[in-house]
Amino acid sequence: MSQVHRLKAPLTRDDLEPLQAGDRVLISGPVYTARDAAHKRLVEALGRGDKLPVDIKGQILYYVGPSPAPPGRVIGAAGPTTSYRMDPYTPTLLALGLRAMIGKGRRGPEVKAAMVEYGAVYLGAYGGAGALLSEVIKEVEIIAYEDLGPEALRRLMVEDFPAVVVNDMHGRDLYEEGQKMYARGRQS
Amino acid sequence: MHEIETEKITRTVKELFLKASFELGRDVLDAFKRGLAEEDSPVGREIFERLLENADLAEKNRVPLCQDCGMAVLFVEIGTGVRIVGGDLTGALEEGVRQAYAEGYLRKSVCHPLTRKNTGDNTPAVIHYEFSPGDRLKIAAVPKGGGAENMSRVFMLKPADGWAGVKEKVLLAVNEAGPNPCPPIIVGVALGGDFELAAREAKKTLLRPIGSTNPEAEADRLEKELLAAVNDLGIGPLGLGGRFTALDVHLKIMPCHIASMPLAVNIQCHSSRHAEAVL
Repeated sequence: MSQVHRLKAPLTRDDLEPLQAGDRVLISGPVYTARDAAHKRLVEALGRGDKLPVDIKGQILYYVGPSPAPPGRVIGAAGPTTSYRMDPYTPTLLALGLRAMIGKGRRGPEVKAAMVEYGAVYLGAYGGAGALLSEVIKEVEIIAYEDLGPEALRRLMVEDFPAVVVNDMHGRDLYEEGQKMYARGRQS
Repeated sequence: MHEIETEKITRTVKELFLKASFELGRDVLDAFKRGLAEEDSPVGREIFERLLENADLAEKNRVPLCQDCGMAVLFVEIGTGVRIVGGDLTGALEEGVRQAYAEGYLRKSVCHPLTRKNTGDNTPAVIHYEFSPGDRLKIAAVPKGGGAENMSRVFMLKPADGWAGVKEKVLLAVNEAGPNPCPPIIVGVALGGDFELAAREAKKTLLRPIGSTNPEAEADRLEKELLAAVNDLGIGPLGLGGRFTALDVHLKIMPCHIASMPLAVNIQCHSSRHAEAVL
């Protein structure tokens, strides 16, 4: 039976050790948003030896490009985007101490290996439920790359943001295990 | 001649994109309810519950169903008895897109492919024109998300590949997509035509209601076979394992060149948004 863990950044390797693929998590506190363009800028900045606009050690990155906040709300729809596009940049960030990523969809072998090596987890959020996830985001602040619009780097303050552990730091993968459990007949 | 003002066309397009972005169709909601009742995986059932909740909140709060409000795809059928007055048709359609995405606080997701600079107003739209008999203008708006579109494929098969080859490639496309395009998906399949006709028609099949009978008996039988095979993959809701990998498969079969067998597979996420109007 899967467990529910409460997570709040900054996180340590020890905090994540008990998490197993399939466990539920509820995240509160800060999460930083970054998707394609922000990842490119972060890794380019590191390449130049520049300081990052945020110290990502122990932090949680959320792959999301929210829709604009309508009047009276802090944010629009804010569900996860597909994560594999961030794979080319991810091992570099994990080496800096990034502890958790929230997204949807499979990660590549290099990212999975880096999660095991550095002690990090990949969390799946409800894909396509942007209006629902908007409800657990309480504050939004743009930290950097404002010119990127929906792709700007933001700090969100969340309360009980629901997700499931897809890749734990022990090398398990919920997508592989889940599909295996329900597949019938010939496998392509 | 039926005269239609461009202003009316713009207003209609705006309303269609707003409606599609905030309100899921009855067919999609019914498919979620069926999933909630019939999915074997407990996590899968819970996902259907959350998706129904998401649809409620989107409509109630006027927050988009998904933050990816898509590229604006339009299928436009122009009756030969229609005359557009007051401006040009493409301009009127794009103005409707512009207004919807600005006024509805929808995400503008269109950019230059290399510089990645955003165009700022979600145009250009992707517009497919067709002519039809009659004096009506039919407009279908499809905000198509990037995550699902990225998983779509075109295969130029050999005639010798036959139905077995078609089935294999559809399963390959769905299996490689796995959890990425937000399953349970709708799979739009077009077989025949040529390279671009197959791609266009595969997307156009997404306009058909989920669970509807294909008017072509042969295609109806084959699409049911594909749906069963796709759901045997076990990918399940959001890829976490389960019976509902796809909510439906829609197949269109068209004549093709004697040397060819084009196959296009368009993947649509569970947030299958589209709205239509007839002027």
